[in-house]
Amino acid sequence: MEDILNLRYALDTFYFLVMGAFVMWMAAGFSMLEAGLVRAKNTTEILTKNVALYAIACVMYMLVGYNLMYPGDAAVNSIWPGLSFLLGTENDPAAVLSASGESWYDGAYYSGRSDFFFQVVFVATAMSIVSGAVAERMKLWPFLAFCVVLTGFIYPIQGFWKWGGGFLDGMGFSDFAGSGVVHLTGATAALAGVWMVGARKGKYSKDGKVQALPGANLPLATLGTFILWLGWFGFNGGSELVISNVGEANAVAAVFVNTNAAAAGGVVAALLAAKIILGRADLTMVLNGALAGLVAITAEPLAPSPLAATLIGAVGGAIVVLSVLGLDRLRIDDPVGAISVHGVVGIWGLLAVPITNSDASLITQLIGAAAIFGFVMIASLIAWGAIKAVAGLRVTEEEEYRGVDVSECGLEAYPEFTSGPK
Amino acid sequence: MKLVTAVIKPFRLDDVRDSLAQIGIKGMTVTEVKGFGRQKGHTELYRGAEYAVDFLPKIKLEIAVTADLVDQAIEAISDSAKTGKIGDGKIFVYDIDQVMRIRTGETGTDAL
Repeated sequence: MEDILNLRYALDTFYFLVMGAFVMWMAAGFSMLEAGLVRAKNTTEILTKNVALYAIACVMYMLVGYNLMYPGDAAVNSIWPGLSFLLGTENDPAAVLSASGESWYDGAYYSGRSDFFFQVVFVATAMSIVSGAVAERMKLWPFLAFCVVLTGFIYPIQGFWKWGGGFLDGMGFSDFAGSGVVHLTGATAALAGVWMVGARKGKYSKDGKVQALPGANLPLATLGTFILWLGWFGFNGGSELVISNVGEANAVAAVFVNTNAAAAGGVVAALLAAKIILGRADLTMVLNGALAGLVAITAEPLAPSPLAATLIGAVGGAIVVLSVLGLDRLRIDDPVGAISVHGVVGIWGLLAVPITNSDASLITQLIGAAAIFGFVMIASLIAWGAIKAVAGLRVTEEEEYRGVDVSECGLEAYPEFTSGPK
Repeated sequence: MKLVTAVIKPFRLDDVRDSLAQIGIKGMTVTEVKGFGRQKGHTELYRGAEYAVDFLPKIKLEIAVTADLVDQAIEAISDSAKTGKIGDGKIFVYDIDQVMRIRTGETGTDAL
Protein backbone atom coordinates (compact mmCIF):
# COMPACT_ATOMS: atom_id res chain seq x y z
CA MET A 1 0.00 0.00 0.00
CA GLU A 2 2.82 2.34 0.91
CA ASP A 3 4.31 1.83 -2.55
CA ILE A 4 1.07 2.85 -4.17
CA LEU A 5 0.75 5.98 -2.02
CA ASN A 6 4.34 6.91 -2.73
CA LEU A 7 3.74 6.50 -6.41
CA ARG A 8 0.51 8.48 -6.38
CA TYR A 9 2.07 11.35 -4.48
CA ALA A 10 5.07 11.36 -6.79
CA LEU A 11 2.95 11.19 -9.92
CA ASP A 12 0.59 13.94 -8.82
CA THR A 13 3.46 16.13 -7.70
CA PHE A 14 5.26 15.53 -10.96
CA TYR A 15 2.12 16.27 -12.94
CA PHE A 16 1.54 19.48 -10.98
CA LEU A 17 5.12 20.65 -11.48
CA VAL A 18 5.11 19.97 -15.20
CA MET A 19 1.77 21.75 -15.65
CA GLY A 20 3.20 24.65 -13.68
CA ALA A 21 6.19 24.73 -16.00
CA PHE A 22 3.79 24.94 -18.96
CA VAL A 23 2.12 27.94 -17.38
CA MET A 24 5.50 29.52 -16.77
CA TRP A 25 6.09 29.20 -20.51
CA MET A 26 3.05 31.45 -21.03
CA ALA A 27 5.29 34.30 -19.86
CA ALA A 28 7.19 33.81 -23.10
CA GLY A 29 3.89 33.74 -24.95
CA PHE A 30 2.77 37.06 -23.52
CA SER A 31 6.18 38.57 -24.20
CA MET A 32 6.14 37.58 -27.87
CA LEU A 33 2.50 38.49 -28.38
CA GLU A 34 2.96 41.94 -26.92
CA ALA A 35 6.32 42.50 -28.61
CA GLY A 36 4.65 41.75 -31.92
CA LEU A 37 1.70 44.07 -31.44
CA VAL A 38 3.54 47.20 -30.32
CA ARG A 39 5.56 49.43 -32.60
CA ALA A 40 9.28 48.75 -33.09
CA LYS A 41 10.30 51.76 -31.03
CA ASN A 42 8.48 50.40 -27.97
CA THR A 43 9.54 46.76 -28.11
CA THR A 44 12.42 46.68 -25.63
CA GLU A 45 10.32 48.29 -22.93
CA ILE A 46 7.48 45.81 -23.18
CA LEU A 47 9.92 42.92 -23.09
CA THR A 48 11.63 44.39 -20.05
CA LYS A 49 8.24 44.76 -18.36
CA ASN A 50 7.35 41.15 -19.12
CA VAL A 51 10.54 39.66 -17.77
CA ALA A 52 10.53 41.92 -14.72
CA LEU A 53 6.89 41.38 -13.82
CA TYR A 54 7.34 37.64 -13.88
CA ALA A 55 10.24 37.92 -11.48
CA ILE A 56 8.50 40.43 -9.21
CA ALA A 57 5.43 38.19 -9.09
CA CYS A 58 7.56 35.26 -8.00
CA VAL A 59 9.22 37.26 -5.24
CA MET A 60 6.11 39.02 -3.92
CA TYR A 61 4.01 35.87 -3.95
CA MET A 62 6.67 34.01 -2.02
CA LEU A 63 7.12 36.85 0.47
CA VAL A 64 3.48 37.53 1.24
CA GLY A 65 1.02 36.71 -1.54
CA TYR A 66 0.79 32.95 -1.24
CA ASN A 67 0.01 33.05 2.46
CA LEU A 68 -2.64 35.73 1.87
CA MET A 69 -4.28 33.57 -0.75
CA TYR A 70 -4.01 30.24 1.08
CA PRO A 71 -4.01 30.90 4.81
CA GLY A 72 -5.70 27.57 5.44
CA ASP A 73 -6.92 27.35 9.00
CA ALA A 74 -5.17 30.61 9.88
CA ALA A 75 -7.71 32.67 7.93
CA VAL A 76 -9.17 35.48 10.02
CA ASN A 77 -12.59 35.37 8.36
CA SER A 78 -14.00 34.64 4.90
CA ILE A 79 -13.09 38.10 3.55
CA TRP A 80 -9.77 38.95 5.17
CA PRO A 81 -7.24 36.12 5.13
CA GLY A 82 -4.74 37.53 7.61
CA LEU A 83 -1.14 38.51 6.94
CA SER A 84 1.90 36.23 7.21
CA PHE A 85 5.22 36.03 5.42
CA LEU A 86 7.36 33.44 3.67
CA LEU A 87 6.40 29.92 2.75
CA GLY A 88 5.59 27.33 5.37
CA THR A 89 7.09 23.88 5.75
CA GLU A 90 6.80 21.01 3.29
CA ASN A 91 4.71 17.88 3.88
CA ASP A 92 6.34 15.33 6.12
CA PRO A 93 6.62 12.02 4.21
CA ALA A 94 5.86 9.91 7.28
CA ALA A 95 2.75 11.93 8.04
CA VAL A 96 1.61 11.71 4.42
CA LEU A 97 2.15 7.96 4.18
CA SER A 98 0.35 7.26 7.41
CA ALA A 99 -2.90 8.49 5.86
CA SER A 100 -5.22 5.69 4.88
CA GLY A 101 -6.02 5.07 1.26
CA GLU A 102 -9.66 6.14 1.71
CA SER A 103 -8.78 9.48 3.29
CA TRP A 104 -5.93 10.12 0.87
CA TYR A 105 -7.51 13.05 -0.91
CA ASP A 106 -8.58 14.67 2.35
CA GLY A 107 -4.97 15.18 3.29
CA ALA A 108 -1.79 16.19 1.50
CA TYR A 109 -1.57 14.28 -1.75
CA TYR A 110 1.09 16.32 -3.49
CA SER A 111 4.05 18.41 -2.42
CA GLY A 112 3.30 21.70 -0.74
CA ARG A 113 6.10 23.37 -2.66
CA SER A 114 4.58 22.12 -5.91
CA ASP A 115 1.37 23.85 -4.93
CA PHE A 116 3.26 27.10 -4.47
CA PHE A 117 5.01 26.64 -7.80
CA PHE A 118 1.77 26.02 -9.65
CA GLN A 119 0.10 29.03 -8.02
CA VAL A 120 2.96 31.48 -8.47
CA VAL A 121 2.94 31.10 -12.23
CA PHE A 122 -0.77 31.98 -12.20
CA VAL A 123 -0.08 35.29 -10.48
CA ALA A 124 2.49 36.11 -13.11
CA THR A 125 -0.08 35.36 -15.81
CA ALA A 126 -2.60 37.74 -14.25
CA MET A 127 -0.02 40.49 -13.99
CA SER A 128 1.19 40.14 -17.55
CA ILE A 129 -2.32 40.90 -18.80
CA VAL A 130 -1.79 44.45 -17.62
CA SER A 131 1.46 45.13 -19.46
CA GLY A 132 -0.04 44.92 -22.94
CA ALA A 133 -2.95 47.24 -22.25
CA VAL A 134 -0.81 50.12 -20.98
CA ALA A 135 1.95 49.63 -23.55
CA GLU A 136 3.71 52.37 -25.52
CA ARG A 137 3.04 55.25 -23.11
CA MET A 138 3.53 54.14 -19.51
CA LYS A 139 6.77 54.61 -17.64
CA LEU A 140 8.60 51.43 -16.71
CA TRP A 141 9.28 51.82 -12.99
CA PRO A 142 5.81 53.02 -11.99
CA PHE A 143 4.46 49.98 -13.82
CA LEU A 144 6.75 47.70 -11.83
CA ALA A 145 5.61 49.43 -8.65
CA PHE A 146 2.02 48.51 -9.49
CA CYS A 147 3.23 45.00 -10.15
CA VAL A 148 4.40 44.74 -6.53
CA VAL A 149 0.95 45.74 -5.29
CA LEU A 150 -1.07 43.49 -7.60
CA THR A 151 1.02 40.35 -7.13
CA GLY A 152 1.59 40.85 -3.41
CA PHE A 153 -1.86 41.95 -2.31
CA ILE A 154 -4.69 42.59 -4.77
CA TYR A 155 -4.58 39.27 -6.63
CA PRO A 156 -4.03 37.13 -3.50
CA ILE A 157 -6.94 38.67 -1.60
CA GLN A 158 -9.52 38.10 -4.34
CA GLY A 159 -7.91 34.73 -5.01
CA PHE A 160 -8.45 33.82 -1.37
CA TRP A 161 -12.15 34.57 -1.72
CA LYS A 162 -12.52 31.73 -4.19
CA TRP A 163 -9.58 29.30 -4.23
CA GLY A 164 -8.40 29.97 -0.69
CA GLY A 165 -11.77 29.04 0.75
CA GLY A 166 -13.16 32.52 1.29
CA PHE A 167 -16.72 33.78 0.95
CA LEU A 168 -17.07 33.35 -2.81
CA ASP A 169 -16.18 29.70 -2.48
CA GLY A 170 -18.60 29.45 0.39
CA MET A 171 -21.49 30.71 -1.72
CA GLY A 172 -20.85 28.27 -4.55
CA PHE A 173 -19.09 30.56 -7.01
CA SER A 174 -17.44 28.35 -9.62
CA ASP A 175 -14.15 29.16 -11.36
CA PHE A 176 -12.16 26.06 -12.28
CA ALA A 177 -8.93 27.58 -13.58
CA GLY A 178 -9.43 31.31 -13.28
CA SER A 179 -11.56 33.12 -15.87
CA GLY A 180 -12.45 35.34 -12.95
CA VAL A 181 -9.61 34.95 -10.45
CA VAL A 182 -6.86 35.36 -13.03
CA HIS A 183 -8.20 36.81 -16.26
CA LEU A 184 -10.90 39.18 -15.08
CA THR A 185 -8.56 40.35 -12.32
CA GLY A 186 -5.78 41.13 -14.75
CA ALA A 187 -8.12 42.83 -17.20
CA THR A 188 -9.73 44.94 -14.46
CA ALA A 189 -6.35 46.12 -13.24
CA ALA A 190 -5.48 46.82 -16.87
CA LEU A 191 -8.63 48.85 -17.41
CA ALA A 192 -7.89 50.91 -14.31
CA GLY A 193 -4.38 51.48 -15.62
CA VAL A 194 -5.59 52.49 -19.08
CA TRP A 195 -7.99 55.00 -17.51
CA MET A 196 -5.22 56.45 -15.40
CA VAL A 197 -2.57 56.66 -18.11
CA GLY A 198 -4.76 57.71 -21.04
CA ALA A 199 -4.73 56.77 -24.70
CA ARG A 200 -1.68 56.88 -26.92
CA LYS A 201 -1.12 60.20 -28.65
CA GLY A 202 -2.70 60.23 -32.03
CA LYS A 203 -4.83 57.14 -31.44
CA TYR A 204 -8.14 58.99 -31.30
CA SER A 205 -8.75 62.17 -33.22
CA LYS A 206 -11.03 64.93 -31.98
CA ASP A 207 -13.73 64.02 -34.47
CA GLY A 208 -13.92 60.49 -33.11
CA LYS A 209 -11.86 58.81 -35.79
CA VAL A 210 -9.67 55.88 -34.70
CA GLN A 211 -6.11 55.90 -35.98
CA ALA A 212 -4.36 52.60 -36.65
CA LEU A 213 -0.99 52.13 -34.90
CA PRO A 214 0.03 48.79 -36.38
CA GLY A 215 2.20 46.31 -34.55
CA ALA A 216 5.76 45.80 -35.72
CA ASN A 217 6.06 42.04 -35.87
CA LEU A 218 3.10 39.81 -36.58
CA PRO A 219 5.21 36.63 -36.73
CA LEU A 220 6.14 37.21 -33.08
CA ALA A 221 2.52 37.92 -32.20
CA THR A 222 1.47 34.65 -33.81
CA LEU A 223 4.26 32.72 -32.11
CA GLY A 224 3.21 34.24 -28.80
CA THR A 225 -0.37 33.14 -29.33
CA PHE A 226 0.64 29.56 -30.05
CA ILE A 227 2.91 29.54 -27.01
CA LEU A 228 0.00 30.74 -24.87
CA TRP A 229 -2.23 28.07 -26.41
CA LEU A 230 0.29 25.39 -25.46
CA GLY A 231 0.79 26.84 -22.01
CA TRP A 232 -2.95 26.83 -21.43
CA PHE A 233 -2.96 23.04 -21.36
CA GLY A 234 -0.99 23.46 -18.17
CA PHE A 235 -3.21 26.28 -16.97
CA ASN A 236 -6.45 24.31 -17.28
CA GLY A 237 -5.03 20.80 -17.14
CA GLY A 238 -3.09 21.47 -13.98
CA SER A 239 -6.11 23.00 -12.32
CA GLU A 240 -7.59 19.53 -12.07
CA LEU A 241 -4.76 19.17 -9.49
CA VAL A 242 -4.56 15.41 -9.62
CA ILE A 243 -4.08 12.70 -12.25
CA SER A 244 -3.27 9.51 -10.37
CA ASN A 245 -6.45 7.50 -10.72
CA VAL A 246 -8.69 6.50 -13.59
CA GLY A 247 -11.35 9.11 -12.93
CA GLU A 248 -8.88 11.92 -12.57
CA ALA A 249 -6.84 10.89 -15.59
CA ASN A 250 -9.99 10.89 -17.66
CA ALA A 251 -10.86 14.31 -16.29
CA VAL A 252 -7.48 15.71 -17.25
CA ALA A 253 -7.86 14.35 -20.76
CA ALA A 254 -11.28 15.96 -21.05
CA VAL A 255 -9.86 19.26 -19.88
CA PHE A 256 -7.08 19.15 -22.48
CA VAL A 257 -9.54 18.33 -25.27
CA ASN A 258 -11.98 21.04 -24.22
CA THR A 259 -9.26 23.63 -23.85
CA ASN A 260 -8.03 22.95 -27.35
CA ALA A 261 -11.56 22.85 -28.75
CA ALA A 262 -12.47 26.19 -27.25
CA ALA A 263 -9.41 27.85 -28.73
CA ALA A 264 -10.26 26.40 -32.12
CA GLY A 265 -13.82 27.63 -31.81
CA GLY A 266 -12.56 31.05 -30.87
CA VAL A 267 -10.32 31.23 -33.94
CA VAL A 268 -13.06 30.26 -36.36
CA ALA A 269 -15.57 32.63 -34.82
CA ALA A 270 -13.15 35.55 -34.82
CA LEU A 271 -12.17 34.82 -38.41
CA LEU A 272 -15.81 34.88 -39.51
CA ALA A 273 -16.69 37.87 -37.35
CA ALA A 274 -13.78 39.89 -38.73
CA LYS A 275 -14.66 38.91 -42.27
CA ILE A 276 -18.29 39.87 -41.81
CA ILE A 277 -17.78 43.09 -39.84
CA LEU A 278 -14.53 44.38 -41.32
CA GLY A 279 -14.66 42.76 -44.71
CA ARG A 280 -11.45 40.82 -44.31
CA ALA A 281 -9.67 38.40 -41.98
CA ASP A 282 -7.52 40.43 -39.61
CA LEU A 283 -4.71 38.26 -38.21
CA THR A 284 -4.58 40.19 -34.95
CA MET A 285 -8.30 39.60 -34.41
CA VAL A 286 -7.84 35.90 -35.14
CA LEU A 287 -5.05 35.70 -32.58
CA ASN A 288 -7.26 37.46 -30.04
CA GLY A 289 -9.98 34.98 -30.96
CA ALA A 290 -7.84 31.99 -30.03
CA LEU A 291 -7.03 33.51 -26.66
CA ALA A 292 -10.64 34.52 -26.11
CA GLY A 293 -11.73 30.93 -26.67
CA LEU A 294 -9.17 29.81 -24.11
CA VAL A 295 -10.29 32.39 -21.56
CA ALA A 296 -13.93 31.50 -22.10
CA ILE A 297 -13.42 27.83 -21.28
CA THR A 298 -11.09 28.45 -18.35
CA ALA A 299 -13.92 28.77 -15.82
CA GLU A 300 -15.25 25.31 -16.65
CA PRO A 301 -13.10 23.17 -18.94
CA LEU A 302 -14.19 19.83 -17.46
CA ALA A 303 -17.98 19.66 -17.61
CA PRO A 304 -18.72 20.54 -21.24
CA SER A 305 -18.67 18.10 -24.11
CA PRO A 306 -16.05 18.88 -26.76
CA LEU A 307 -18.79 20.31 -28.96
CA ALA A 308 -20.07 22.54 -26.17
CA ALA A 309 -16.52 23.64 -25.42
CA THR A 310 -16.04 24.59 -29.06
CA LEU A 311 -19.20 26.67 -28.99
CA ILE A 312 -18.32 28.35 -25.71
CA GLY A 313 -14.97 29.27 -27.22
CA ALA A 314 -16.66 30.44 -30.40
CA VAL A 315 -18.92 32.82 -28.50
CA GLY A 316 -15.79 34.16 -26.84
CA GLY A 317 -14.17 34.67 -30.22
CA ALA A 318 -17.14 36.57 -31.55
CA ILE A 319 -17.39 38.68 -28.41
CA VAL A 320 -13.74 39.64 -28.55
CA VAL A 321 -13.99 41.09 -32.06
CA LEU A 322 -16.98 43.21 -31.07
CA SER A 323 -15.30 44.22 -27.84
CA VAL A 324 -12.06 45.34 -29.48
CA LEU A 325 -14.02 47.55 -31.87
CA GLY A 326 -16.31 48.71 -29.08
CA LEU A 327 -13.55 49.72 -26.70
CA ASP A 328 -12.00 51.84 -29.43
CA ARG A 329 -15.37 53.56 -29.86
CA LEU A 330 -15.30 54.28 -26.12
CA ARG A 331 -11.75 55.61 -26.57
CA ILE A 332 -10.27 52.98 -24.27
CA ASP A 333 -6.89 52.40 -25.89
CA ASP A 334 -5.72 48.81 -25.55
CA PRO A 335 -2.94 48.02 -28.04
CA VAL A 336 -3.19 44.25 -27.66
CA GLY A 337 -6.87 43.72 -26.82
CA ALA A 338 -6.08 42.46 -23.32
CA ILE A 339 -9.14 44.01 -21.69
CA SER A 340 -11.38 42.46 -24.33
CA VAL A 341 -9.77 39.02 -24.31
CA HIS A 342 -9.35 38.60 -20.57
CA GLY A 343 -12.01 40.90 -19.10
CA VAL A 344 -15.04 40.95 -21.34
CA VAL A 345 -14.61 37.30 -22.31
CA GLY A 346 -13.55 36.44 -18.75
CA ILE A 347 -17.00 37.52 -17.63
CA TRP A 348 -18.57 35.44 -20.40
CA GLY A 349 -16.48 32.47 -19.22
CA LEU A 350 -17.82 32.83 -15.70
CA LEU A 351 -21.43 33.23 -16.83
CA ALA A 352 -21.17 30.25 -19.18
CA VAL A 353 -20.37 27.82 -16.35
CA PRO A 354 -24.00 27.10 -15.38
CA ILE A 355 -24.72 26.03 -18.96
CA THR A 356 -22.78 22.83 -18.50
CA ASN A 357 -22.24 22.66 -14.73
CA SER A 358 -25.46 22.36 -12.76
CA ASP A 359 -23.67 22.98 -9.46
CA ALA A 360 -23.23 26.60 -10.44
CA SER A 361 -25.95 29.21 -10.76
CA LEU A 362 -26.07 32.34 -12.86
CA ILE A 363 -26.73 34.52 -9.83
CA THR A 364 -23.67 33.32 -7.91
CA GLN A 365 -21.53 33.66 -11.01
CA LEU A 366 -22.72 37.24 -11.42
CA ILE A 367 -22.02 37.99 -7.78
CA GLY A 368 -18.56 36.51 -8.08
CA ALA A 369 -17.79 38.48 -11.23
CA ALA A 370 -19.04 41.66 -9.64
CA ALA A 371 -17.09 41.09 -6.44
CA ILE A 372 -13.84 40.44 -8.28
CA PHE A 373 -14.36 43.33 -10.69
CA GLY A 374 -15.40 45.74 -7.95
CA PHE A 375 -12.60 44.93 -5.55
CA VAL A 376 -9.84 44.81 -8.15
CA MET A 377 -11.05 48.00 -9.82
CA ILE A 378 -11.16 50.00 -6.59
CA ALA A 379 -7.88 48.61 -5.29
CA SER A 380 -6.18 49.16 -8.64
CA LEU A 381 -7.45 52.70 -9.02
CA ILE A 382 -6.08 53.49 -5.58
CA ALA A 383 -2.73 51.90 -6.40
CA TRP A 384 -2.40 53.49 -9.83
CA GLY A 385 -3.58 56.79 -8.41
CA ALA A 386 -1.02 56.76 -5.63
CA ILE A 387 1.79 55.85 -8.03
CA LYS A 388 0.65 58.56 -10.43
CA ALA A 389 0.66 61.15 -7.66
CA VAL A 390 4.13 60.19 -6.49
CA ALA A 391 5.96 59.38 -9.70
CA GLY A 392 3.68 60.01 -12.66
CA LEU A 393 2.55 57.26 -14.97
CA ARG A 394 3.04 58.60 -18.46
CA VAL A 395 6.11 59.50 -20.50
CA THR A 396 6.27 62.96 -22.03
CA GLU A 397 4.85 63.62 -25.46
CA GLU A 398 8.30 63.85 -26.96
CA GLU A 399 9.43 60.62 -25.30
CA GLU A 400 6.32 58.88 -26.58
CA TYR A 401 7.05 60.06 -30.09
CA ARG A 402 10.67 58.97 -29.89
CA GLY A 403 9.67 55.63 -28.43
CA VAL A 404 9.82 54.36 -24.86
CA ASP A 405 12.72 52.06 -25.77
CA VAL A 406 14.92 55.12 -26.01
CA SER A 407 13.46 57.08 -23.12
CA GLU A 408 12.86 54.31 -20.57
CA CYS A 409 15.39 51.66 -21.54
CA GLY A 410 18.10 53.40 -23.54
CA LEU A 411 18.15 50.31 -25.75
CA GLU A 412 16.47 49.76 -29.11
CA ALA A 413 15.01 46.41 -30.07
CA TYR A 414 15.72 46.75 -33.80
CA PRO A 415 18.66 49.17 -33.91
CA GLU A 416 19.40 48.61 -37.58
CA PHE A 417 15.84 49.45 -38.57
CA THR A 418 15.17 52.38 -36.28
CA SER A 419 17.63 55.09 -35.38
CA GLY A 420 20.42 53.13 -33.68
CA PRO A 421 24.04 52.87 -34.81
CA LYS A 422 24.47 51.26 -38.25
CA MET B 1 25.14 66.76 -71.81
CA LYS B 2 21.79 66.04 -70.22
CA LEU B 3 20.58 64.38 -67.03
CA VAL B 4 17.49 62.34 -67.80
CA THR B 5 15.53 61.69 -64.60
CA ALA B 6 12.58 59.31 -64.57
CA VAL B 7 10.18 58.44 -61.74
CA ILE B 8 8.68 55.04 -62.54
CA LYS B 9 6.78 52.17 -60.94
CA PRO B 10 9.26 49.92 -59.13
CA PHE B 11 8.32 46.69 -60.88
CA ARG B 12 9.14 48.23 -64.29
CA LEU B 13 12.80 48.80 -63.35
CA ASP B 14 14.19 45.60 -64.85
CA ASP B 15 12.50 46.23 -68.20
CA VAL B 16 13.65 49.85 -68.29
CA ARG B 17 17.21 48.82 -67.50
CA ASP B 18 17.16 46.27 -70.33
CA SER B 19 15.78 48.66 -72.95
CA LEU B 20 18.33 51.33 -71.97
CA ALA B 21 21.09 48.75 -72.31
CA GLN B 22 19.84 48.02 -75.82
CA ILE B 23 20.51 51.63 -76.88
CA GLY B 24 23.95 51.59 -75.31
CA ILE B 25 23.19 53.21 -71.95
CA LYS B 26 24.61 50.92 -69.28
CA GLY B 27 25.16 53.20 -66.28
CA MET B 28 22.51 54.71 -64.03
CA THR B 29 21.71 55.77 -60.49
CA VAL B 30 18.60 54.45 -58.87
CA THR B 31 16.88 55.73 -55.70
CA GLU B 32 13.86 54.43 -53.82
CA VAL B 33 11.40 57.29 -53.40
CA LYS B 34 7.78 57.84 -52.42
CA GLY B 35 5.34 59.98 -54.28
CA PHE B 36 1.96 60.53 -55.82
CA GLY B 37 0.53 62.57 -58.64
CA ARG B 38 -2.95 61.83 -59.79
CA GLN B 39 -2.71 58.26 -58.51
CA LYS B 40 -4.05 58.43 -55.00
CA GLY B 41 -2.98 55.99 -52.29
CA HIS B 42 -5.01 53.20 -50.78
CA THR B 43 -6.39 52.44 -47.34
CA GLU B 44 -5.43 49.60 -45.07
CA LEU B 45 -7.39 48.25 -42.10
CA TYR B 46 -5.84 47.39 -38.70
CA ARG B 47 -8.19 46.15 -35.97
CA GLY B 48 -11.06 48.12 -37.42
CA ALA B 49 -9.19 51.38 -37.85
CA GLU B 50 -8.55 52.56 -41.39
CA TYR B 51 -5.35 54.27 -42.26
CA ALA B 52 -4.53 55.94 -45.54
CA VAL B 53 -1.29 55.22 -47.35
CA ASP B 54 -0.96 58.36 -49.51
CA PHE B 55 2.57 58.01 -50.73
CA LEU B 56 3.29 55.19 -53.09
CA PRO B 57 6.70 53.62 -53.52
CA LYS B 58 8.42 54.63 -56.76
CA ILE B 59 11.87 54.32 -58.31
CA LYS B 60 13.82 57.38 -59.47
CA LEU B 61 16.26 56.64 -62.25
CA GLU B 62 18.96 59.07 -63.35
CA ILE B 63 21.14 58.70 -66.45
CA ALA B 64 23.67 61.17 -67.81
CA VAL B 65 23.80 61.15 -71.62
CA THR B 66 25.02 63.22 -74.56
CA ALA B 67 22.33 65.47 -76.02
CA ASP B 68 21.95 63.32 -79.16
CA LEU B 69 20.85 60.30 -77.12
CA VAL B 70 18.17 62.11 -75.13
CA ASP B 71 15.24 61.40 -77.43
CA GLN B 72 16.13 57.71 -77.71
CA ALA B 73 16.52 57.46 -73.95
CA ILE B 74 13.15 59.09 -73.34
CA GLU B 75 11.50 56.74 -75.82
CA ALA B 76 13.19 53.66 -74.33
CA ILE B 77 12.22 54.58 -70.79
CA SER B 78 8.71 55.55 -71.65
CA ASP B 79 7.97 52.44 -73.71
CA SER B 80 9.28 50.03 -71.09
CA ALA B 81 7.94 51.84 -68.00
CA LYS B 82 4.43 52.33 -69.37
CA THR B 83 1.60 50.12 -68.04
CA GLY B 84 -1.21 52.32 -69.28
CA LYS B 85 -2.61 52.56 -65.74
CA ILE B 86 -2.54 55.68 -63.64
CA GLY B 87 0.75 56.23 -61.71
CA ASP B 88 3.21 55.34 -64.50
CA GLY B 89 5.37 58.33 -63.67
CA LYS B 90 7.21 61.19 -65.40
CA ILE B 91 10.49 61.91 -67.16
CA PHE B 92 12.46 65.15 -66.64
CA VAL B 93 15.46 66.36 -68.61
CA TYR B 94 18.05 68.70 -67.08
CA ASP B 95 21.17 70.34 -68.39
CA ILE B 96 24.49 69.11 -66.98
CA ASP B 97 27.20 71.78 -66.55
CA GLN B 98 30.08 69.53 -65.60
CA VAL B 99 30.90 65.83 -65.42
CA MET B 100 34.03 64.08 -64.09
CA ARG B 101 34.94 60.40 -63.75
CA ILE B 102 36.50 60.25 -60.34
CA ARG B 103 38.87 57.31 -60.94
CA THR B 104 40.57 58.70 -64.06
CA GLY B 105 39.89 62.41 -63.90
CA GLU B 106 38.25 62.46 -67.38
CA THR B 107 35.80 65.29 -67.90
CA GLY B 108 33.05 66.22 -70.31
CA THR B 109 31.59 63.67 -72.70
CA ASP B 110 34.58 61.35 -72.07
CA ALA B 111 33.25 60.92 -68.57
CA LEU B 112 29.78 59.82 -69.67
